[in-house]
Amino acid sequence: MSDKKRYVRPYGDTTGDGMVQMSFTLPVPHGPRAEGAAQQLANKMGMDPAMVVHSHAIGADFTFVVVYGSVSHLVDLDAVKVVEREYPLLSPYEVNSTVKNSLGRKLVVVGACIGTDAHTVGIDAILNIKGFAGEKGLEYYRELRVVNLGAQVSVPELVKRARSEKADAVLVSQVVTQRDAHILNTQEMSAAFREAMGSTRPTLVAGGPRFDPLMAGELGVDRVFGRGTTPGEVASYLVHTISQKGVAA
Amino acid sequence: MTLLDLDPEVTGRARALAARAAEPVIELARAHTTVAVERATLRLAGITGADTTHRAGDVPWVNRVVDTIREQCGLEHGSVLPAFHALREHDLGSLTELAEATAAGQIQFAVPTGKDATQAAKAAKTAVAKGLRTVDRNRGQRDKLVAKLGDPPQRPWIYLIVATGDIDEDVVQACNAARAGADIIAVIRSTGQSLLDYVPEGATHHGFAGTYATQENFRIMRAALDDVSKEVGRYVRLTNYASGLCMPEIAVLAGLERLDMMLNDSMYGILFRDINPIRTFVDQRFSRQVHARAGIIINTGEDNYLTTADAVEAAHTVTVSQLLNERFAHEAGLPDELLGLGHAFEINPKVPDSFRMELAHALLARELFPDAPLKWMPPTKHMTGDVFNGYLLDGFFNLAGVLTGQSILLVGMMTEAVVTPFLSDRDLAIANVKYVLNAAGNLAEDFRPSPDGFIVKRAEQVLGEAVDLLERIVDDGLLKAIAEGTFGLMKRPADAGKGADGVIVKADGYVNPASELLEAGL
Repeated sequence: MSDKKRYVRPYGDTTGDGMVQMSFTLPVPHGPRAEGAAQQLANKMGMDPAMVVHSHAIGADFTFVVVYGSVSHLVDLDAVKVVEREYPLLSPYEVNSTVKNSLGRKLVVVGACIGTDAHTVGIDAILNIKGFAGEKGLEYYRELRVVNLGAQVSVPELVKRARSEKADAVLVSQVVTQRDAHILNTQEMSAAFREAMGSTRPTLVAGGPRFDPLMAGELGVDRVFGRGTTPGEVASYLVHTISQKGVAA
Repeated sequence: MTLLDLDPEVTGRARALAARAAEPVIELARAHTTVAVERATLRLAGITGADTTHRAGDVPWVNRVVDTIREQCGLEHGSVLPAFHALREHDLGSLTELAEATAAGQIQFAVPTGKDATQAAKAAKTAVAKGLRTVDRNRGQRDKLVAKLGDPPQRPWIYLIVATGDIDEDVVQACNAARAGADIIAVIRSTGQSLLDYVPEGATHHGFAGTYATQENFRIMRAALDDVSKEVGRYVRLTNYASGLCMPEIAVLAGLERLDMMLNDSMYGILFRDINPIRTFVDQRFSRQVHARAGIIINTGEDNYLTTADAVEAAHTVTVSQLLNERFAHEAGLPDELLGLGHAFEINPKVPDSFRMELAHALLARELFPDAPLKWMPPTKHMTGDVFNGYLLDGFFNLAGVLTGQSILLVGMMTEAVVTPFLSDRDLAIANVKYVLNAAGNLAEDFRPSPDGFIVKRAEQVLGEAVDLLERIVDDGLLKAIAEGTFGLMKRPADAGKGADGVIVKADGYVNPASELLEAGL
């Protein structure tokens, strides 16, 4: 069967024809030169033959083109390596029902920008119902109770609130990175939780554009989210931690 | 001529309920001021610039002055009495000089009494009146330019968004969009600006997914659009956002720099940004009074309800919000022709008869608000990254817009939820709108939904549900309804939320010449 095939090409209307279509804009005035330039680019991308089937001017300086053609490349399916996310991506409905069924109460999330960082952009994108990248924030999830402490929250205050709110998870956001402040602040935070609560501490999550997801160990947190993370990914991760921990209801 | 034949008794009842729901909130708005209203007033009185030497970065002078007044003598009597009294006592030439002296710790603010108070109030009124004259001149200038260059030749007007983060790049994109056919340019703000309790200063080049709203950015863009308006032979309008914690100040800056439309919703900040409800209603009332004075069309944000809740189940919450927005706007002095009430094409395309339902909802808004320049917003929730399907969906959105006589059409992008639009995405999107306008622009003439048909019945049903919800809101009180999560699923108690500490109960001797002049229309 087809899944036994190791090498494949795109399928237009005949097996092996390699046909693809693409469109793009060149900063060249509309005319034969622009079409020739598009053809050249398509050839360099491995399309041969390449047909510029349409072009039109966008203003005086740009040309939009649509190109069809056959790509010479082969895909080696054995060489495809897919990075598996350690948790499944869930819809808000699935997040809510999982929390309801496995926890029997709302999952409590406390969020804050710690240290002197006043940039709440990141934490607000994840927590505010307005959300980010077309996804609603965690406040939108019926079965999550979100406590957003805002900016410039001190570590002792964060630990205190996490305790009094009985937080299941603590999210901290760090945008400012002068002199590695984001790393030091986060380490101070994780150390404080370890000291104050030991193994009963909430799940700790750090996020920000300068964090590398591989830094979780160094930072002493459970998970790190980098640039472009959406609320749905964070919500799915939090649900995943419930099943990992087997938190008592 | 109406197609839905809405029962005037039901529409009258809906409006009466909206007025009753709004009344206690309007009373609350009259009884309070906020730090943002005070800052807006001083901006009208002429204060500009920022303290560039402050350790926290550029702090606008107006924030320094209002914060210091609050610390030293409170804001219960307003900011102008202490400010203009200090100005005279220290023999300073301008509010900006006063701000510098304040930052240097040379000023001790106090609420003046007797003759001093009268004099301070008089000086403040003169200064604020001067600011309002600038707003009036801009309004006159807009009328003149529209008379000379003309409005767009067609309805709906074509509304396009630019958002690069860099005002200079925005200018390039905006001018190209106008040349391609855009009638209105909206510059999206940097993510999170709504939660800043100050307005940044100067030309800015580093926004997050948008460009900061600043007075200088407003000026740069308006000047560029004036040039391109001459080139394309029609007046191209400029839109920004009077929302968030600085709503009244941004409204003032929009009036001072001749912006033409402002996003300004009565409940958006409360529900979607967790801003304190009272802060929002106080700020909103002042900002709408400024917009009324400036001849600025407000755009309300009902589309947001449909992106969070189901567009079929929550259709009536849009109608309720439109009625409340209308009531609050009328009370603040905005006439129907400045009410860009919002609604959106957000029904799941997999639902049977989704397009017929969209037509029903769009017609309901059209016929409930016949004189308002309704803003029709494109699909976002069901744009999946399948750009081909998205292009088709936008075509149906455009068709619904022309068929139901919408006034302002926010152009949908097939790359919604994928990337910030490419140059070509915008070009293709405008081609989509132009095709529909050209092919079906006059189809409304032939469009007669059957009197007992699906569309008419659906519209009646939504209006009925809206009346039911308004009845509950009147019974509970609007603030309680908001606190209990009636709108957009969010629970927002009246005493919580961001900016709550910036709300102040007015004292008996409260003075604000801006409010006086705006209320009286002087």
